[in-house]
This record gives sequence, structure tokens and C-alpha cells, in this order.
Amino acid sequence: MARPIRTGSRGLTTNTLLALILGLPILAGIAGVILPAFGYLPALGGLRVTLGHFAELAGQPHILRSSLTGLAAGLATTCAAVAIVGTFLAGFAGMPAFSRIQHLVSPLLAVPHAAAAFALAFLVAPSGFLVRLVSPELTGFMRPPQWLLPNDPLAVSMVAGLITKEVPFLFLIALAALPQLPLRQARQLTAALGYGRLSGFLISVWPALYRQIRLAVFAVLVYSVSVVDVAIILGPQLPATLPVRIAQWADDHDLGARFLASAAALLQLAIVLAAVTAWLVIERIGRFVLARLTHSGRRLRNDGVPRFVSAVAMAACAAVIFLGIATLGVWSVAGLWPFPDAWPTKLTSQIWLRTLPQLWPALRTTITLALTSASLALLSAVLLLHRNGRRRENGTGHRLLYLPLLLPEISFVFGLQILIVAAGLKPAFGSVLAVHFLFVLPYVLLSLAAPWRELDPRFERIAAGFGKSALQTLLTVRLPLLFRACLIAFAVGFSVSVGLYLPTLLIGAGRLTTIATEAVALSSGGDRRVIGVYALVQASLPFLAFLVASLAPQLLFRNRRAMRT
Amino acid sequence: MLDIAETRPLTLADVTIRLAERTLLAVSAKVMPGEVLTIMGPSGSGKSALLAFAGGFLDPAFDAGGRLLIGEEDVTDIPANRRHAGILFQDPLLFPHLSIGGNIVFAIPPSIKGRKARHALAERALDEVGLGGFFDRDPETLSGGQKARVALQRVLVSAPHFLLLDEPFSKLDATLRQQVRELVFSRAKAAGLPAILVTHDSADAEAAGGRVLRIGEEEKP
Repeated sequence: MARPIRTGSRGLTTNTLLALILGLPILAGIAGVILPAFGYLPALGGLRVTLGHFAELAGQPHILRSSLTGLAAGLATTCAAVAIVGTFLAGFAGMPAFSRIQHLVSPLLAVPHAAAAFALAFLVAPSGFLVRLVSPELTGFMRPPQWLLPNDPLAVSMVAGLITKEVPFLFLIALAALPQLPLRQARQLTAALGYGRLSGFLISVWPALYRQIRLAVFAVLVYSVSVVDVAIILGPQLPATLPVRIAQWADDHDLGARFLASAAALLQLAIVLAAVTAWLVIERIGRFVLARLTHSGRRLRNDGVPRFVSAVAMAACAAVIFLGIATLGVWSVAGLWPFPDAWPTKLTSQIWLRTLPQLWPALRTTITLALTSASLALLSAVLLLHRNGRRRENGTGHRLLYLPLLLPEISFVFGLQILIVAAGLKPAFGSVLAVHFLFVLPYVLLSLAAPWRELDPRFERIAAGFGKSALQTLLTVRLPLLFRACLIAFAVGFSVSVGLYLPTLLIGAGRLTTIATEAVALSSGGDRRVIGVYALVQASLPFLAFLVASLAPQLLFRNRRAMRT
Repeated sequence: MLDIAETRPLTLADVTIRLAERTLLAVSAKVMPGEVLTIMGPSGSGKSALLAFAGGFLDPAFDAGGRLLIGEEDVTDIPANRRHAGILFQDPLLFPHLSIGGNIVFAIPPSIKGRKARHALAERALDEVGLGGFFDRDPETLSGGQKARVALQRVLVSAPHFLLLDEPFSKLDATLRQQVRELVFSRAKAAGLPAILVTHDSADAEAAGGRVLRIGEEEKP
């Protein structure tokens, strides 16, 4: 019996290739912390296997508190973000105003974490914009109050900062999954049975939707538990959270501190495991509650309050970032700005003129890194997707993409740094670029995969009928038709690279500085006006990338109506 | 318009298409140059799968048996881009990033060399269907009927060995359908191409004037 020849039967499958690209550095990185954690690292004089470094770690002041704060902050962030996104979708998905909110939330995703954290800090600080707005009229403050904000010991501001960034992320992931679910029918059915919008959605749509976004939820959890840059800007100090302390030890001039940092990086891995376990328990509880609700048959029609609250929370995320970035902008041009005035007495371009020359080298590195890593990632994504050929829904590949996002970067990137040091290599552009690529590729692939799949296959069949080879079809049909999607994937990759703090810090080892590392370094005791400049520059880079991505098709395809939207 | 290099019959020899162990169809037929074989059947009967089999892009979920011959040449295992199948789908599917003329030039075989010659051939092809002077225009500015004509000319300049017509008239309104149908069949006949037409409109089958195979109906009680 004759079968048509399948084109996908080459030695390495695309998934294997992807697993190698993403998995090998991660495994190497993990190995790079395990060995020194137990004392073995000949390059740094560690020849004896010992538990001494763990004992040293246990002897560090407030180590338990550091660990628990990060764990709790990560769990709180994830719970809140899932609750806000879930309730908001339950209350409003499918309604006419919904798509407008989508447009409002999408740009938030492009704002780097550090810039968003600064935005929040500039709003809520005792001398921040919000206090000034109501002072002295409502508060009577003539001097900034003595609040420990941001950097409060309970990490409330840090959790708030993380929520403002994770809510847009989960929201957009959920939006991508939603069209695959029978939302309208479920809405009509549950409404006809007399269920409220929230309870109807939770019973009929949520379980399937949650399954689709579950990996992203875990990525949020792992990221929040292990975050460094946001924790430096907004998190508690003395003691700082464990990841922040690991970053400090890893950056210590005394190379011996690497052993302590490795032990701590392993502890962080354990904390992430604990967080994941805790989340699995929370999931079970959620399932149980939902099952009880389903069986009880309660309609819960009076759900106006939670719906309203979720809408306010969504709007607050957007407002915090937009208003905060505006505040950053005002600070960067503020002359004298005494408390409690809500507006500076004088505006000046002095700070920009003074800061730009010193910012320029970091900006150049940032842009070069972002352009190179995004180009490489786009090229790899195109090759991987092309190789994948006709095979459609690809669950394993999709899951593989989350690999670098499901392990704490502080653990495996630090391990990579140790390996680089142990190999006697100097920190260089190439190694920083490689680690950027590792984090940029998954996002570029996630962004490009859906439009790639959705392109009408008949275009390529027609081209094949004309005798065009697979490569010709790729270059002359598929890529031009996906031009816009490619540019957007590129802009996504560019934004990810611009926002990467920890990998740049650890692998660049202080020799290679970007806007992200400089801005975070300024956060402790830096001049607010200078921070304003850095954060504003960092936040505007992704916007520029997306601006180019949306304008270029307009210009290049001026005379092709179907290509402009 | 084009030198018709070869007009050979298209043979479906004991072609069976199965999905999950269920046989959707079994066809044996020889389609002579200039003849249109019409396959009729309800949706889900596998008639589009038959076209995909002939075009070389059958989804691997299907199991296909039998051979596809052009003249004496067995092309069953030849990849889609070396079969020279001219395909017309329900939609004109003009490439939106190319001009109207660019769409035609894209389809002209590489054996016709030189920018000028290719350009002139495309101009002539457009002229033949009353679209002379439309070369540089955006395909999006055309009406449905005009798009259908460009799609037809695009297939014909590609010097196909056979035509696969996948309900190409079903999205046109009644009067337009009549015109485009006549145009397609007359030009296919003039070019001496064997064609397989898949449809569920019996008026299409009548206009095609060839044999009609009905599939997927004998299973009904």
C-alpha cells in the first residue's frame, strides 16, 4: 500500500532540537551550582566534598526570614494574579467593552519589570506622587511621613509591584487560550439555568481555561518566588529576600563567596519546589471548592461586588504603570520639587543632558544585545517552525518552551556563571548574548507559533503546484505573509532582552552593563531624577520596538491593503 | 497562450482513502486531456481528501492507497512541488503581498527566462480575461469575479499537467458563477488539461459536461 512521503522523518525531531537548545544550558547551570554547593570547584580551590557551605549558609543572619518572605511573596502574587484575571474574565469575557480593555493591557506586558517597579515606587513612596497629591490638604503632612515604603518588611509593595506585571501576562495568555473554548454557548447555557456570570463561568469554562494557562501560572509562581530586580527596588531590606542576597554573594569580590552563593542557590531551588508543592495543594483546594459549588447548584446571582473589584484591580494595574511612568518622566525633568508640592517649581533638561553621556554606553550595549538576541531568536524560531512542517498541534513543543521559565533563573544562571569562571573565560558579549538568547527564544516562539499555525495552508499548496521548493515557498510566500507577525515576535524578543536583569548581571559580571543593570544599581540611594531618566529610557525601548513593528508594514505595503492590518 | 508541452491523461488507479480504518472512497478513473471528471458527494465524504491526494498534500491522518499516473508516469510518491498540479480553491487566494501582475509572474515556470519576457507573458494573460493594464494594482482592489479570473490565469500560466478544482465557484453569486464556470471549463479544454472537479452543486457537474462520480452516498440506507 502506497503512502504519501512524509517530510518530517529526519533524524532529529524539532522537539528534540528545542529540548537540547533550552535544556542543555539549564542542566549545565544546575550542575554548576550543585558541585560548588558541596564544596567541589577546583578552579576556585574547592577540592573537598563538604557540607560546610550549608552550615555557613544556616549561620547567616535572618536566613529563614529571607527565605520565607520570598516564598510568601511569590505565593501571594500568584494567588492574587490568578484571582484577579480569573474573576475579571468570568465577569467580562465576551462583553463588548472587553476588546478595548485588551488593547489597554497589552502594552503593559512590554514594560520591563524594573521600570514598572520604579513606577510603583515613585507613586507610593512617602514623598511620592500619591502622598503629594493629597498633602497637605487631606493629610496635613508638611514633611514626608516616616513610612517604610516601598521596601516594607512584609513585602506588600513588592507583591503589589509583581501583581501589576503578572496580571497583564496571565491575562494575555488566557486571552490567547479563550477562543478555543465554547465561551458563548457556556454563557448562554448557564445564564438560561439562572447562574450568575461569575459562577456560570467558573463552573463551565474555568476548569478547561485553567488547564490551558497552567504552565504560565507556574512560570509566574517561579518568577515571583525568585525575583531579584523587583525585590531590590520594592522588596524588604535587612534582611532582603534570599534571591537578592544570593545575587549579592554571587557578585562578591571574594570569589570564596561563590560557595556560599551556590549553597543558597540550591536552597532557592528547594524553596521553588516548596512553592510549587504549595500551589498544587492550592489547586486541589480550588478544585474541591469548585466541585462543591457545582454540586450545590447555588446560582450566586448577586456577584456585582466581586466583578466590580476585579475590574478595579485590572484598571489599577494599568493605572499604576501608566501614572507611575508619567511620574518617572516628570522627575527626570524636575528642577526644584519640594514636598508637598504636586508639581515641580521648575522644569529643566539639565538632568537629561547630564545623564545621557554616562547612560550612552549602557544604552548601546542594551540595544546591541536586544537587536542581536531578538534577530537570532527570530531566525531560530522560523527554522524550528519550518522544520516542524505540516505537523499541527504540538503540545510537547509548547510545553518545552516553558523550560527556562519554570526554574529559578538565580539558580541555573548563577551555575552558568560559575562554569564560565571555572572554564577560565572572561565575561564577554558572546556569553551574555547566549544567555539572553536562552530567555528570548521561548517568548519569540510563543509569539510566532500561533500566526504560523493559522496561516491558510492553501497558499503554500498553490505555490507547490507552481513547482516552488519548500525554501522558495518559505521565502516568497510564508515569510512575506507573516511579515507583521515576525516583526511583532521580534519586538517581543527585543523587549524581553531589554528587561533581562539577573542574567545580564551574573553573566556580564559587572563588565557588561545594560540599562537594566544600571537602573537597578541606582535604586539604593540613587538620585530620583537620574533613576527617572534610566527607567524612562528602559520603558520606552520596548515601545519603540512595537511602534516600528506596527508602522513598518504600513510603509512597506503601502499599496497592499490586505497586508496592512 | 502557452505552448502546451504535454497533454497526457490523468489516471486514478484503485485509489482508496481511509480515515481511522473507515474507507471514505474508492475511485478508479482515467481522465483524458480536456476532460473534466466531476466528483460529487456530501461534505465529509472525502472528496476534498481525494483532491489533496492528487495534489500531494493529503493530511497524514488519512490513509491512502492506489496510484496516480500522468500519462505513463507514476507520480504517487512525488512531492507536491514536482507534480505540476494546478489548483483552484473556493477562494481566489491571490497572494496579498504581490501585485496582480506579480501573482501571475510568480506562477510562470522558471524555464521562461528574462524579466521582460515573463512580464509580457503576464500582461498577455491578464489581457485575455479583460484585465489588461491591471498589472501593478493591489489584488485587494479587485471584485470577486475579477479575482477569480486572475486566479484562473495564474494557474494556467504555471503550465500544469492537470487541474484540481475544489468547488471553485461556490462562493460566487449566481450570475458570476455562470460566467466564471464557462470561462474555467472552456480554457481548461482549450489547454487540453485533464481536470478533477469536486463539488456538491449539480449545475457545476452539468456545465462541466464530463463524467460524474458520486461518492459517499451508498452508505445511506
